[in-house]
Amino acid sequence: MLLYILKRVLSAISVVIVTLVASFALFFLAPTDPAGVICGPRCTPERVADIEASLSLDQPPLVQIGQYMKGIVVGRDYEAGGTTQHCEAPCLGYSYTLGQPVTKLLAAALPVTVSIVIGGAVVYLIVGVLAGTIAAQVRGTTLDKGVVGTTLFVQSIPYFVVALLVALYATFLPDSGYHPFFDNPLTWASGLLAAWLCVGLTNAAAYTRYSRASMIETLGQDFVRTATSKGISRRRVVYRHGLRAGLTPVVTIFGIDLAFQLTGAIFTESIFGLPGLGQLTLRAFGQYDLPVLLGGVLVGSVVLVVMNLVVDIAYTFLDPRVRLG
Amino acid sequence: MSDQTIPGPSTVTRVARTPGTNEEPYLEVNDLHVQFPTADGLVKAVQGLSYSVPLRRTLAIVGESGSGKSVSSMAVLGLHDRRVARITGSIKVGGREVVGMSDKELEKYRGGDASMIFQDPQSSLHPYFTIGDQIMESYRAHHSVSKRQAKDRAIDMLGRVGIPNPRRRVDQYPHEFSGGMRQRAMIAMALVNDPKLLIADEPTTALDVTVQAQILDLIADLQRDFGSAVVFITHDLGVVAEVADDILVMYAGTAVEHGPVNKILGEPLHPYSWGLLESIPALTGEPAPLHPIPGSPPSLLAVPSGCPFHPRCEFKDRVPDDLCRTLKPELISRTADLGRTSRCHLKDPDKVFETDVLPRLP
Repeated sequence: MLLYILKRVLSAISVVIVTLVASFALFFLAPTDPAGVICGPRCTPERVADIEASLSLDQPPLVQIGQYMKGIVVGRDYEAGGTTQHCEAPCLGYSYTLGQPVTKLLAAALPVTVSIVIGGAVVYLIVGVLAGTIAAQVRGTTLDKGVVGTTLFVQSIPYFVVALLVALYATFLPDSGYHPFFDNPLTWASGLLAAWLCVGLTNAAAYTRYSRASMIETLGQDFVRTATSKGISRRRVVYRHGLRAGLTPVVTIFGIDLAFQLTGAIFTESIFGLPGLGQLTLRAFGQYDLPVLLGGVLVGSVVLVVMNLVVDIAYTFLDPRVRLG
Repeated sequence: MSDQTIPGPSTVTRVARTPGTNEEPYLEVNDLHVQFPTADGLVKAVQGLSYSVPLRRTLAIVGESGSGKSVSSMAVLGLHDRRVARITGSIKVGGREVVGMSDKELEKYRGGDASMIFQDPQSSLHPYFTIGDQIMESYRAHHSVSKRQAKDRAIDMLGRVGIPNPRRRVDQYPHEFSGGMRQRAMIAMALVNDPKLLIADEPTTALDVTVQAQILDLIADLQRDFGSAVVFITHDLGVVAEVADDILVMYAGTAVEHGPVNKILGEPLHPYSWGLLESIPALTGEPAPLHPIPGSPPSLLAVPSGCPFHPRCEFKDRVPDDLCRTLKPELISRTADLGRTSRCHLKDPDKVFETDVLPRLP
């Protein structure tokens, strides 16, 4: 098990490195003009050259990649206008437009996105799995058809329309905004409530359908019939024997979904005014703020790889037949 | 024991293990109908089935897939979803009527006085729970005991069904058991509450032949110890010869022949039973082509008129007036032997068997 995890972590690191190099190449070799962005429209050629030198933009691409990687491991010094600024490891460079270390920007944005995604996930898992399980039990009835119809309806409306409608009309919800959890959990929760409901209820539609399909299959299995024949209650049959097996495929989807959502909930963050990863990278994209974009890519790839690993390990606990080694 | 061969039906000469009985039946099925309304029409899975089994006796229900043997037995345990299945008639277990029981009553009844061994232990045991956990759950559903006591009981049961080292095995998962061991565990689970009625639904189909013999012996031994009534569902006539006291042959949802095992296997009186015997490959002599029953079982959506077997029956011309096509025969005694019944219009089925069928048997 430990050996397996070690192997997976090593392969995960290589995936992250490849992703970084590839995006580095794409961003830095593209015909962009970072020095011009930093300097602004009225800029002398000497100033541009100075900036390029301080960011090593005048070096060959391979050297630049090397310096970037080195910065992540041991930190990096930037010389600008005669002064030296030390950027501590892991150094992802400085934002061109905000003048702050990328790590600091990411560290500020990540908790916001994580809060939105985790809270939303709690809502959609509870609502979705419950609705799906109930619908599976009454398959074919009016209630089941109603549930399936509702999920189709919700899924066919673009997400940002739902979010906008919630932001515009659900005025009875507390004002949204991000307040750190450790300052006051209550204000943290109330500021995120609208976003949670929005993320939760729209994703619940998909999870209702996954769980319904999975539970219909599971409830038709022989071991469910065996459980019924023992004389235990229907509820116990469905929730202990059925759900336990039926949830396994849902967990797989959940892991991957969670990873994608963690790389930035752009619509949710923009509409509810929450300064998360999505907003940060979107802004960086508009302003050619390459170090911030690269930082976003790094976080995204790390999260994806980690979530995949977590799902695989979770499987060994869910299904005793899976033994990793 | 492991190299024991299953006796073929042609070798059956022994008498029933217990002599003919007048005992009070423990399971009594009367005019049972099970129907499933579907988009394509009404599936008539069981039509007017009646039989009874006293304690300490074994009834084998034989028939092709789709003949209604499993469906009728699941009805005995109240396992059909009542929103899907329409069940009429009467099923009495120990004097209690099962048809029309409420959900609460059914929960108490299932797995207590009546329990079931299922066909494929691989899929019938829950893959995510330990064997012990699953046996304990059965026991605790009917006895208010502590986990500790239930576990002791589970270990005891595993030992009784011949699983070596039950103390260690009790905490293992089904995938850590071999096929035969899994079926033993399934049997332990079915017997944990000392049921008076045990239904075994093709318990050996998924197992290889040597393991089959062990499992059959095990069920027979346990039946002796527990004194239960056993209903044994199978399509394997070799198994029937091994375990049964009585046989009920089913075709298209109805019983076509019923009687003591040596009579039915030795001198069957229904053309379908003849076909079953003829379709058994000969194990001795020159290799000969197989003799399957021509045609295939009817769709239960549109059961043939009259005798449901008539489209496949080679003797229907010997019955006058096209009766086979127009009138469904009664399940009654056709010969001087009143202990057995069959559902066929033939006047002298015993003679037809002797002159036309017997010479063709291997």
